[in-house]
Amino acid sequence: MNPADNSPLWIRGARVIDPSAKRDEAKGDVFALDGKFVDHLSAADQAKARVIDGQGLVVAPGFVDLNCRLGEPGRTARETIRSGTRAAAAGGFTTVVTMPDCLPAADNIGTIQLLREICARDAAVRVLPTGTLTKGHEGKALAPLGTMKKAGVVAVTDTTSGVQNNEIMRRALEYAAMFDLVVLDHCQDSSMTEGGQMHEAAWSLRLGLRGLPRAAEEIVVSSDCLLAELTKARIHLQHLSSGGSAEIVRRAKARGLSITAEVSALHLLLTDGALAQYDTHLKLNPPLREESDRLALIAALVDGTIDAICSDHSPCTATEKDCEFDQAPFGAATLETTFAAAYEAIVAGGHADLALLLARLTSGPARVLGLNAGTLRTGAEADLVLIDPKTRWTTSIAAQQSKGGNNPLAKRTFTSRIRSTYVGGRLVSGTA
Amino acid sequence: MVLTFVGATGTYRMAQQASWTKKDLTGIEELSRAEIEFLFQQADGFLPALAPGKGLDLMRGRTVVNLFLEPSTRTRTAFEISAKKLGAEVVSINTTASSLVKGETLRDTAMNIRAMGVDAIVMRHSSAGSARYLGKVLDISVINAGDGAHEHPTQALLDAFTLRQRFGKVEGLKVTILGDILFSRVARSNILCLSKLGAQVTLAGPATLVPASLKEAFPQVRIVHDLKEALKDCDAVMLLRIQHERQTTTHFPSLGEYTSQFGLNAERAAWLKPEAIVMHPGPINRGVEVESEVADGPRSVILEQVRNGVAVRMAVLHLCTGAISR
Repeated sequence: MNPADNSPLWIRGARVIDPSAKRDEAKGDVFALDGKFVDHLSAADQAKARVIDGQGLVVAPGFVDLNCRLGEPGRTARETIRSGTRAAAAGGFTTVVTMPDCLPAADNIGTIQLLREICARDAAVRVLPTGTLTKGHEGKALAPLGTMKKAGVVAVTDTTSGVQNNEIMRRALEYAAMFDLVVLDHCQDSSMTEGGQMHEAAWSLRLGLRGLPRAAEEIVVSSDCLLAELTKARIHLQHLSSGGSAEIVRRAKARGLSITAEVSALHLLLTDGALAQYDTHLKLNPPLREESDRLALIAALVDGTIDAICSDHSPCTATEKDCEFDQAPFGAATLETTFAAAYEAIVAGGHADLALLLARLTSGPARVLGLNAGTLRTGAEADLVLIDPKTRWTTSIAAQQSKGGNNPLAKRTFTSRIRSTYVGGRLVSGTA
Repeated sequence: MVLTFVGATGTYRMAQQASWTKKDLTGIEELSRAEIEFLFQQADGFLPALAPGKGLDLMRGRTVVNLFLEPSTRTRTAFEISAKKLGAEVVSINTTASSLVKGETLRDTAMNIRAMGVDAIVMRHSSAGSARYLGKVLDISVINAGDGAHEHPTQALLDAFTLRQRFGKVEGLKVTILGDILFSRVARSNILCLSKLGAQVTLAGPATLVPASLKEAFPQVRIVHDLKEALKDCDAVMLLRIQHERQTTTHFPSLGEYTSQFGLNAERAAWLKPEAIVMHPGPINRGVEVESEVADGPRSVILEQVRNGVAVRMAVLHLCTGAISR
């Protein structure tokens, strides 16, 4: 079968899970025609359709990632749109939102347009760019949000720099709200994290590494809730790492604030003890914290306090991570293992079923940005994944699509795997 | 005694080192009590070699590189003398001469040094974990002479060796470590070493430098913020240098305030038991954490520590390089 084939698609007899429609059928069919989902295929279309036997498989909407970095422009040693979107496809993601801290920063329409041109040429999945909130994500002067919105950004964020000045954040939120732009915030008070390398607790004290305390995150989560109330702007809290942050968000949501939040799969799976041997691949920002945080984040994900699971894919070269711990950059290349890691933490861990996990990878993140994605509904783009929920596989850097040499889950065995990924009805990863 | 050699063809080999298999000394954490005690026996045997004009040739033909990427006088000199007392050649590289300032990675620097036929690298580095990293990268011995705020194992070994010399054994001793614990690699290594040898450790100092959370990291220690309480029943007090260069943020109001609260003077030293000793890893800030009257007084074993440091480092170099079969 030609992978680029765009003949009608008929997935037959699979478990169908579409959280956007609260659909979970033990055995059902999914049809696509001309790149969109349809209710059924005519006899003529059925005759020429690619028929996939879904026996033992799960079909779900393609995943939506709200937080990744794909290298371009400027960081092509780490990743390119070509490699990064193939990694996304391999991981089941069909729509990815990229962070604007590329080189040069996406704080102007030129960079956004360049990114879109590269994507038009090279991307295997749908790439949605964001712009910075302030120029050069320096937290000083507003970036041209209105023109960047016209150029196609779906949200604005200063990513890991955060906005440290509350007055600038307040005005930025008011200005962004005028364009219905959601502000994505990496919550961290940098005055408390200077030189910080990992979660501040027993392990950081033993290892002699400076800590990033929970309070540095929780203070900004709190101030974001207060500013959301003041400005009525939409704030989405990126990759929460502290159980306390989740509790603050839970209370804010209960008060009706339009706050949303995400968590990375690594934070659902691992804790700071994994850093005992100074593994630079696990040097993350925000950092891996303690078991109590991990369990609180899982509980918040399950009860809907946290809306989405993100990859937080931050590829680095193997060389960049092969150094002293405090000199290594933060981040991990995770797109290809996010689903498997989250499955292990949530489903295999006994906290929730596959349908809930898929909701946080599809309809949850789509709703955060109001995207028409993450659904199997008739008329939507035929972006889907086929999951083999019962297969053992071992990850490896050599077999991955990403150029990132920094996947801390390399050589780990998982029990669930993305079998294939389709974008607009076309196979973009895996077997037909 | 293990110090017998076989063969006399220019290369000397130790007869038996069955109790020591580690090519690296990256931290006290990796050592067992038996290994520490075995190392002390070796160091005992090296004490006579410290006399002027004396030396051994156990490491003749071997080369030790001191890679010091942070300023150090005492530790670097002690390692140089230790290697020379064993008959090894020593090359010292300090920060300004290093190509690391030109952007070369630590791995590349180390691989280049190794390619020149070196037997051991003694490294001081500002990054915690760097010695362990280098030990994995290289197949020659790596000795940690201080890695960031993580460990300074030879300092802890020489401290415990000095306590053992003074009191006959470390087991059962009460030792107070006073000062900047949070940023101190000496404190971390000493907590681990003393605990492994059966001493009871008390950590004392201002709450910002001796946070309660240290108890979570090291459950075996006692934490006090009252100086009298910390001093009154200990057998030894280890003073730590107040490290201005590691405090990027303010952890106490001023040196004067520190001294007024925690500085050790003759009046406060009188709170100690009569036989209790005063230790310091150096360099001393006289008049800050300790007054000269105490530092130079009868309780002080500071110069014994320095002397023992050579014997202990001789044992470390000899055992670690001897653990590599060639």
